[in-house]
Amino acid sequence: MSRPIFRRLSVCAALLFCTSGLAQAQDHGDYDPADIEYGLSVYRSQCVTCHGDSGDGIAGVNLRSGQFRRAVSDRDLRALIANGIPDTGMLAFDLDSAEMTGIIAFLRNPNFELDAVTLGDEARGRTIFEGKGDCLSCHRVGQEGPRGSVDLTSIGTTRAPSALRRSLLDPTGTMRPIDRPVEIVTAAGERFNGRRLNEDTYTVQIIDDQGRLRSFDKDRLQQFTVHTESPMPSYGDELEEQELADVLAYLVSLKR
Amino acid sequence: MRRMSTGRSFTAVWLLAAALGLVLAAGVAAQVPFARLQGAPAEPHNWLTYSGTYFSQRYSELDQVTPDNVGDLELQWVYQTPVHGPWQSTPLVVDGVMYLTQRPNDIVALDARTGRVFWVYSYPTPSDHRACCGSNNRGVAVLGDRLFMGTLDAHVVAVDAATGAQLWDVEVADKDLAYSLTLAPLAVKDMVVLGTAGGDRGIRGFILALDAATGEEVWRFHTIPGPGERGHETWEPCPPNPETYCDPEAWMHGGAAAWLTGSYDPELDLLFWGIGNPGPDFYREQRPGDNLYSNSVVALDADTGEIRWHFQFTPNDPYDYDAVQIPVLADIERGGQLFKVVLWANRNGFYYVLDRATGRFLDGVPFVSVNWAEGLDDSGRPIETPQPPGAPTYPGIQGGTNWYSPAYSPRTELFYIPAWEDYGTVFAGEPQEYEPGRSFIGGIPTMFAPVPGAPVVPGLTRGPINTWTAAAGHGAVLAVDALTGEQRWKFEMTDVISSGILTTASDLLFTGARSGYFQAHDARTGDLLWKASLGGQIVNGPIAYEVDGRQYVAVIAGNALSTFALRD
Repeated sequence: MSRPIFRRLSVCAALLFCTSGLAQAQDHGDYDPADIEYGLSVYRSQCVTCHGDSGDGIAGVNLRSGQFRRAVSDRDLRALIANGIPDTGMLAFDLDSAEMTGIIAFLRNPNFELDAVTLGDEARGRTIFEGKGDCLSCHRVGQEGPRGSVDLTSIGTTRAPSALRRSLLDPTGTMRPIDRPVEIVTAAGERFNGRRLNEDTYTVQIIDDQGRLRSFDKDRLQQFTVHTESPMPSYGDELEEQELADVLAYLVSLKR
Repeated sequence: MRRMSTGRSFTAVWLLAAALGLVLAAGVAAQVPFARLQGAPAEPHNWLTYSGTYFSQRYSELDQVTPDNVGDLELQWVYQTPVHGPWQSTPLVVDGVMYLTQRPNDIVALDARTGRVFWVYSYPTPSDHRACCGSNNRGVAVLGDRLFMGTLDAHVVAVDAATGAQLWDVEVADKDLAYSLTLAPLAVKDMVVLGTAGGDRGIRGFILALDAATGEEVWRFHTIPGPGERGHETWEPCPPNPETYCDPEAWMHGGAAAWLTGSYDPELDLLFWGIGNPGPDFYREQRPGDNLYSNSVVALDADTGEIRWHFQFTPNDPYDYDAVQIPVLADIERGGQLFKVVLWANRNGFYYVLDRATGRFLDGVPFVSVNWAEGLDDSGRPIETPQPPGAPTYPGIQGGTNWYSPAYSPRTELFYIPAWEDYGTVFAGEPQEYEPGRSFIGGIPTMFAPVPGAPVVPGLTRGPINTWTAAAGHGAVLAVDALTGEQRWKFEMTDVISSGILTTASDLLFTGARSGYFQAHDARTGDLLWKASLGGQIVNGPIAYEVDGRQYVAVIAGNALSTFALRD
């Protein structure tokens, strides 16, 4: 049975992530369910003390209404949350990019109903990440894993849950151009595979699959190929829906 | 518009100058009288106006550095500014002395041979100015023995070129309404001509001429015509019951800034000036009509400021396609016919050729990918093809090119464009009520990313790391036939370009990139001949000059001005 988030807050107030009985959105505009659900957790940790489980803890302020006296656009909301409101109890909040995306999505969809799990269990997710998913064979988290692919140590800070979920399902379609694997063969025939760190018209700087920093003059290379296919499989085929949600929860938790 | 009679001036000015004990701009002892500015092409050892000469071709007759020896260029000296931020200034060089502005409103006089500083003038810029888009200043004008500079709080100052002593300071507009002066002035006759910035903050733009001797205003041309003036009808009245927000006073705060230096044709006695976008930038519905003279080039009588003709590139613009580019003037003889033209690579992605005397449209073709218009009609007016909501518009908000100076070489008859290719923006206008002095742009455009969430090209500045790559848009130097716009060669860059271009009589082309490379090409083929990585973004135009028989090429990258010459 689906229920609005605010009503559900009182039921699972003690949990960081409420993962059961969630309902899929009927109408959530441009906001992704994963971001809205993550925004709920941000709300729980940052906002609930003052605004309350029901969003109406401050006299004259009802966050369930979706209307804000001092903010019209998402940009306004971001500024308001980042700067606070002088001479009121509304403090300035130093949220990272992912948290800000989440809380905005949540505030825009306070009565949003979920019916599918998007953010699962972080601990289970880590087990899958390191085991069945074999993610550490390419990615690095903290001191574990190779350096050649995107370092995920703080990926939960910079990418919203929706973006991480898309990356798990469609690695090639979501691969940022700078992250595309490069293959380089020097004039002397030496071959290097790696990832670009920087590039200009004449030179390219990479970290190779051995974790070495290398810089090349492009006009002296025998080959400089930027692959547009990601070597990462789509985990939509590899993992069950619940496992995906668990891995996503783990990725979201990766904050340095 | 305040007008004075053509014969106004000289008696009164002489008397005033004598009374003040000042050296008159046009006086016999003056170092750089108007005649020298007119004859600037004949003294290529100097760089006497922002764009080199009144025709603004950024072409130098110097030919000591050639395609054969350009590889022997080496660093001679560096001047480092203590103030950080994109440094968009073009220096002047007058008889061995370089005059350079640095943020916010300093003038520095240097020995152009060694880089050693003679003096620094610091205007006390108030911290509460509302100049949009950075505390830029793009340079000074010289006339007589004086230098002239616009300030971020909309003042104009005159400074003694020998000492740096301030001679006068006049306020020309209200800084609290976001007026500011960021351009290098243009000195013409006994006047100094400037235009205002602030087009994204609800100003009503103007170009004005001040008496160089006194700072007194000679004329002022409002870039948005007032009631009763020709062109005012292009700010159409709102319909009785508009379906969306319509601003009945749109013309009063409709932008149309003039934040870049114009050009001058002494024979026609006309000033040519590019005019910026209408405001709010992205929501055209609240300002119905063509919104003259936004996004136009205007030709003004130099003595009176009266408009002689105009040509509008982008009517009722919702894309911020400023026509704030340098008007490049050229006389081109082809097929037995002499074409006296204005050449214009516009931010909207089209290259235009206009008759200089009449403003008549002669030719216009796209120079980058364009999808906001399918072409131009016989009068040069765009045939618009607005993109559906959420779809990218090409060129993007920074344009196919922008304020960075193009160049024209009379030797190659090619026009050289610093261009952004394959770069789009998703526009989404929103109604916005005007608030004095505040940002007035009407919506938030989104740079088009090749992959959702991927880094996009930074609008104004970049750090040392390129994370967006060419996939989000890339730079190029384009060489097009000046009269037809037909592309002759292209040099593609991985990064984007915000640098001006310089060509020389030895058919060298100098330019730079945001990545910090300063580079020389063969102006006829585009072949790369030399490059130096200067470690900071180049957001200004290189110049050439000569001291003691030695040619120098100077460019600003990051926080340093670097000067090169051939190895001794």
